[in-house]
Amino acid sequence: MSEHEYVPKSKAGKWFNDRLPLLSLASHLTDYPTPKNLNYWWTFGGILTFCLLTQIITGIVLAMHYVAHADLAFASVEHIMRDVNYGWLIRYIHSNGASMFFLAVYIHIFRSLFYGSYKSPREIIWIIGLMIYLLMMAAAFMGYVLPWGQMSFWGATVITNLFSAIPLVGDSITTWLWGAYSVDNPTLTRFFSLHYLIPFLILGLVVLHIWALHIPGNNNPVGIDIKKPSKDTVPFHPYITIKDAFALLLFMIIFAGFVFFAPNVLGHSDNYIQANPMVTPAHIVPEWYLLPFYAILRSVPDKLGGVILMFSAIFILFVLPWLDTSKVRSAVFRPIYRQFFWILVVDVLVLGYVGAMPAEGIYLVLARVGTIYYFLHFIVILPVVGYLEKTEPVPLSISEPVLTGSAEYSMAKKDNEKI
Amino acid sequence: MKKFKLFLTIILTLSIFNNLKSAEQIDPIKVDWSFKGLLGKFDRSSLQRGYQVYNEVCASCHSMQYLSYRNLGEPGGPEFSEEEVKAIAAGFEVIDGPDAQGEMFTRPGRPSDKFVSPYPNVNAATAANGGAYPPDMSVLVKARKGGANYIYSVLVGYEDPPEGVVLDEGVYYNKYMIGNKIKMPNNLSDGLVEYADGTEATVDQMAKDVTTFLSWAAEPELETRHKTGVKVILYLILLTVLVFLSMKKIWSRVNPEI
Repeated sequence: MSEHEYVPKSKAGKWFNDRLPLLSLASHLTDYPTPKNLNYWWTFGGILTFCLLTQIITGIVLAMHYVAHADLAFASVEHIMRDVNYGWLIRYIHSNGASMFFLAVYIHIFRSLFYGSYKSPREIIWIIGLMIYLLMMAAAFMGYVLPWGQMSFWGATVITNLFSAIPLVGDSITTWLWGAYSVDNPTLTRFFSLHYLIPFLILGLVVLHIWALHIPGNNNPVGIDIKKPSKDTVPFHPYITIKDAFALLLFMIIFAGFVFFAPNVLGHSDNYIQANPMVTPAHIVPEWYLLPFYAILRSVPDKLGGVILMFSAIFILFVLPWLDTSKVRSAVFRPIYRQFFWILVVDVLVLGYVGAMPAEGIYLVLARVGTIYYFLHFIVILPVVGYLEKTEPVPLSISEPVLTGSAEYSMAKKDNEKI
Repeated sequence: MKKFKLFLTIILTLSIFNNLKSAEQIDPIKVDWSFKGLLGKFDRSSLQRGYQVYNEVCASCHSMQYLSYRNLGEPGGPEFSEEEVKAIAAGFEVIDGPDAQGEMFTRPGRPSDKFVSPYPNVNAATAANGGAYPPDMSVLVKARKGGANYIYSVLVGYEDPPEGVVLDEGVYYNKYMIGNKIKMPNNLSDGLVEYADGTEATVDQMAKDVTTFLSWAAEPELETRHKTGVKVILYLILLTVLVFLSMKKIWSRVNPEI
């Protein structure tokens, strides 16, 4: 795992380490050579680990008090909010934690898009990351169903009904998913079971994600390969740990702001009405982090087409490393791609916005334009720009100036600091 | 600079979108509630008056099944004294049982009992109210867009229907209600209740008091939440400063200008 051989100092340590090299692992993790120019966008890996652990710990406590039954779930959530000691705090951390988790993961993903972290030799890290993201969406969706409010019920109805678009077997699959002929108690109990399982699958994938990361090492804002260890790197501990801790604390302040002062602002008020299969809410909307995909789904007049397009929007990301033809990783040295990157950011934000609006009039037009552009970015713009773009000179190493002179490097460095 | 421009574009687009939002419903009246803001607290006497309005007016149709009588005496709420809470609870008949003979029986309420509902079930409540279920009020403020402002606005928003609007029997016109039609009649009139503290019971006063009470009922943890939140954030800021200084010191070994 590590290039240098680690030998524990004590005899007992050596005895243990020869049998199970946990001490070697710990040594590898602390000494792990990390590029010294990582900016704050790189702190979101640590922040995401924190988010996952927070969700698991608060979730375990919530599960001690929650009752997964269609008649009792809503009341058990109110029991948590009112009668369990600090139950309101645990639940608000958990529900806002999901939003914070997605906020962090979106920043993490766009970081990767900007600096080309998905490119060779880091494709597997990227693909495992996408698998984590998919599982996160599944976990979040099922978790949202558990309080058994109106949005829980109708959100579950809309999403599970998507599977009925599959030709021939669609209806059978939907019934099988529900465990009944509509979203009902069996649906709730299985969602609870899966909601408890998925975070541990994510945890396993996170271990693989980090393992795969430690093979080539971190990408960095300049996007070049670096020698490890060298004067371009610092040991993970204490340099990166302290920086991650600082960023995490800033993140926690925002997190606490939501939990203590606006705990319901990211949720939908209809979810404080108990699920009622007889009353459909005026607008069924998913949580904010799923809205761009919801917009893509609704932009297609055909149900099956919409479902295919929505899933394609995610699965296209799996082949991203092979769609991007540019040899240069970091957008810092890619003047054209850099523009398209920001257009994509705006595009996704617009899709998210129209996803929350009724699918009619101007919103539908915007959703369609946004959807077309989203796919255009990955299928056309990315491969073509990679071929045509004249990239700026890339420095040889982090600490040394560019081949053609130091002026461009300092420019690049400045640019880098701004983002 | 470019990034700044893009950022500006994003904000501009989003704000334009915001204005596009359909104007089908009038925004509720904005009230300067004492419980809003970082250090917001409930007005204790308003909560007590609000409970009186709820109990004498709303409770004949609306249940509040997730609250217990003991909540009325807990810190951060109306804070009735222990004796008052016992007296309030004892004023209600609670169905208990089965006893040793397998029979259900009624007894006076205790502080540990949940609020007694006016109807045995949702269907009975719906049938008795012209086909419209009077929603449970435990989390009503959280369950409506606009929250306390919306509830207050509906309570004071009754009007004669504008010309051309025909209302069915048992349907009333309300400026702030979604769709403007509501099956709840205007139950508030000046002097309807007699406040123990001598406050004049105007419609506006009663609407504010009962909305304050409902806001507490929906978020009984609000005061603790605000107080804890301020402490947590102050602690985090302090820790952030310490960690920031440590980071500066550690990184000065490799890169003085982090």
